Amino acid sequence: MALHVSLQHFLIVSAVLFSLGLFAVVTRRNAIMVLMGIELILNSANINFLAFSRYNGLQIDGQMAAIFVIILAAAEAAVGLAIVLNIFKNFNTVNVDEISAMKQ
Amino acid sequence: MTQSLLLQLSVAVLFLPLVSFLILIFFGKKLARQSDVIGIFLNGAALALSVTILYAKVNFFHDELLNFTFTWISLGNVTLIGPLKFDLGIMIDNLTAVMLVVVTLISFLVNLFSSKYMEGDIRFSRYYANLGLFSFSMLGIVIANNFLSMYIFWELVGLSSYLLIGHWYEKKSASDASKKAFVVNRVGDFGFLIGILVLWANYHTLTYEGVYAAIGSGMIPFQSAWWMTASGLLIFCGAVGKSAQFPLHVWLPDAMEGPTPVSALIHAATMVAAGVYLIARTFPMLTADALMVIAYVGAITAFISATIAIAQTDIKKVLAYSTVSQLGYMVMGLGVGAFSAGTMHLVTHAAFKAGLFLGAGSVIHAMHNALHHAHDHHTDAQDIMNMGGLRKKMPITFWTFVMFTLAISGVPLTSGFLSKDEILAGTLAYGSLTGHMLIPIIGFLVAGLTAFYMFRIVILAFMGDHKDPSRLEHVHESPLAMTLPLMLLAALSFFAFYSLNPIGASSGWFFHAIERPATVVPLDMAAASTEIFEEALHHAHNTAMLFSLLVAGTGILLSFLTYHWKKISADAVAESMAPVHKFLLNKWYFDELYDATAVAGVKGIAALFAWFDGKIVDGIVNGAGSVTKMGAVVSGKFDSIVVDGFVNLTATVAGTFGLVLRKVQTGRVQSYIVFAILGIVVLFFFYRAV
Repeated sequence: MALHVSLQHFLIVSAVLFSLGLFAVVTRRNAIMVLMGIELILNSANINFLAFSRYNGLQIDGQMAAIFVIILAAAEAAVGLAIVLNIFKNFNTVNVDEISAMKQ
Repeated sequence: MTQSLLLQLSVAVLFLPLVSFLILIFFGKKLARQSDVIGIFLNGAALALSVTILYAKVNFFHDELLNFTFTWISLGNVTLIGPLKFDLGIMIDNLTAVMLVVVTLISFLVNLFSSKYMEGDIRFSRYYANLGLFSFSMLGIVIANNFLSMYIFWELVGLSSYLLIGHWYEKKSASDASKKAFVVNRVGDFGFLIGILVLWANYHTLTYEGVYAAIGSGMIPFQSAWWMTASGLLIFCGAVGKSAQFPLHVWLPDAMEGPTPVSALIHAATMVAAGVYLIARTFPMLTADALMVIAYVGAITAFISATIAIAQTDIKKVLAYSTVSQLGYMVMGLGVGAFSAGTMHLVTHAAFKAGLFLGAGSVIHAMHNALHHAHDHHTDAQDIMNMGGLRKKMPITFWTFVMFTLAISGVPLTSGFLSKDEILAGTLAYGSLTGHMLIPIIGFLVAGLTAFYMFRIVILAFMGDHKDPSRLEHVHESPLAMTLPLMLLAALSFFAFYSLNPIGASSGWFFHAIERPATVVPLDMAAASTEIFEEALHHAHNTAMLFSLLVAGTGILLSFLTYHWKKISADAVAESMAPVHKFLLNKWYFDELYDATAVAGVKGIAALFAWFDGKIVDGIVNGAGSVTKMGAVVSGKFDSIVVDGFVNLTATVAGTFGLVLRKVQTGRVQSYIVFAILGIVVLFFFYRAV
């Protein structure tokens, strides 16, 4: 049986990656890990963009969007890490459970 | 001098005393001398204008009726009735002109007299203000040309008499007397008002002219002869109250509680004259039956009060009853149809009765001073038994008093002789025409009684010697402001001012100016016509004069025999007729009778109404109150339980949800993300492509 890689496979990989990222975002206590989870989610989106680009007549739009997302992710990581640094300065921890000053 | 000028002058006469009232009531205390000068001056001005009016009226417009009417309130066209309006206005005929002079003259003299008599009174300026109001009210009655404004001023007279009689209201007797005068007058006025309403209901006009024209055209009230008589008698009720006729005469003697000059004013010009004037004004609409009732009321009044006067010892009480008696004469005179004689007696009586009261005031003033000097605060200064021998100390007061007494007793050459003689002749003529001989008999009897009790005062107060001559040391003649009015009034008690013929008034200017008005009632109801009456009067005249001289002479002689020469012992006579004397001394027990009947009845009704008010009306009100209160409690409960409960429930529900939902707000970003994801999943589930 010939191994045929179709759009669905890409989408499944992307979904798994998204789920793992989401899982990391939701469950990790460490803010760094949360940020990493967000990177996973963004990258799963990138896989989708590329997959749709590949299976929709080789159009460049998807790849453009993927590159745009990578740039955004870099910016986001920079801002996010800056926030985490500031949180660490203020709270002396990066554990998101302990950063609950807005809680009543 | 035109008619309209005369009307304007009469309006000025009317309002001058009102101006005096207004100035004095507001600024009286602040003005110099507490401003008696203003009262005297304004009343003097009114007198001068009145004399001008009388002179002009009699000389230039002798037979004309000066009339001015304006519409006060117009009610427009009233359904089923037609146009309705209230007309007011003024009217001057000879009677009005004469009355204007009488009223302003007496008020001027009383104002003048009071400046000394009331000196030092605590409410001096208010006293003068009220005198102004009194004159104003009376002048309003005199110049009215309709029943409406007459009724308004009629009540104002009642009010001002109340204020003046109760001038010394700290005295219980004075405040009681003022209330009595007011209430008794109201009884009469009620009849007057009903009479006016009967006329209004039938004729829709209240001017004399309109009413008499309507009656003259044959429209009698409610198409009934009975109502014609009744309407006249109802209006006469007002006169019964104001002129103190039987059975409403009880207020006048009590009104003596007011200051003596006020008594002079009330008794001569401004109050009791109103009733007689009212009869004179309504004379054309009175039927023969009504006139007969009026004549009898006058005769009964004259008789009752003359008998009471004999037994009284208070100088003012005697004079008060003599006033009632003389008013009875006037009413009787008008009732029998001797119109000119009745009104003339009103005028002559005004002069000599004002004089008698002012003279009595002068005596009381002197007695007060003397008793004050003797430090005697128990002797009654008004009791003639405590006087005597004042002749030498107070010559002017004495001689003027004698003049007034001669006039009221009907001695020839006085004004009183002229008018009284004509009234008596009128009663005799009436008796011969209708057969009511009781009226002339009472008339002559009362003439004798009058002479008797009036000379009793003169002899007891002025003549003889005082029991204790030392008491008289401090009695002095009164000052000029008090004796001047006396002298003036004494002069006016001579015959010459009213008729140049000393034994017959009918040829004088007064009888010529004031003639009996033609009746307007249908002939079968009217009294004997003027011609028939004049004829009978002519026959009766000499007899009347003879008799009146005889009874007056007898009365004076008996008085001198009893009190001066002591040939007859008054005490012995009184003792031999003890019950009669007691009866007269107690004024025929009229006050007691009214206390037992009318007053007790009213009190009973009042108690009944008080009970009704206290139990039933208050019960209903309180019941309504408790029902409302119960309703309030119920709605209060509804409010606090249901409405508040609902509101609280809403709040609780919201609070509970809040508590629950608050848990969601953990502040943990990760849980928010979880919810967001769940939300997206749910949305995906709902909007999935089918």
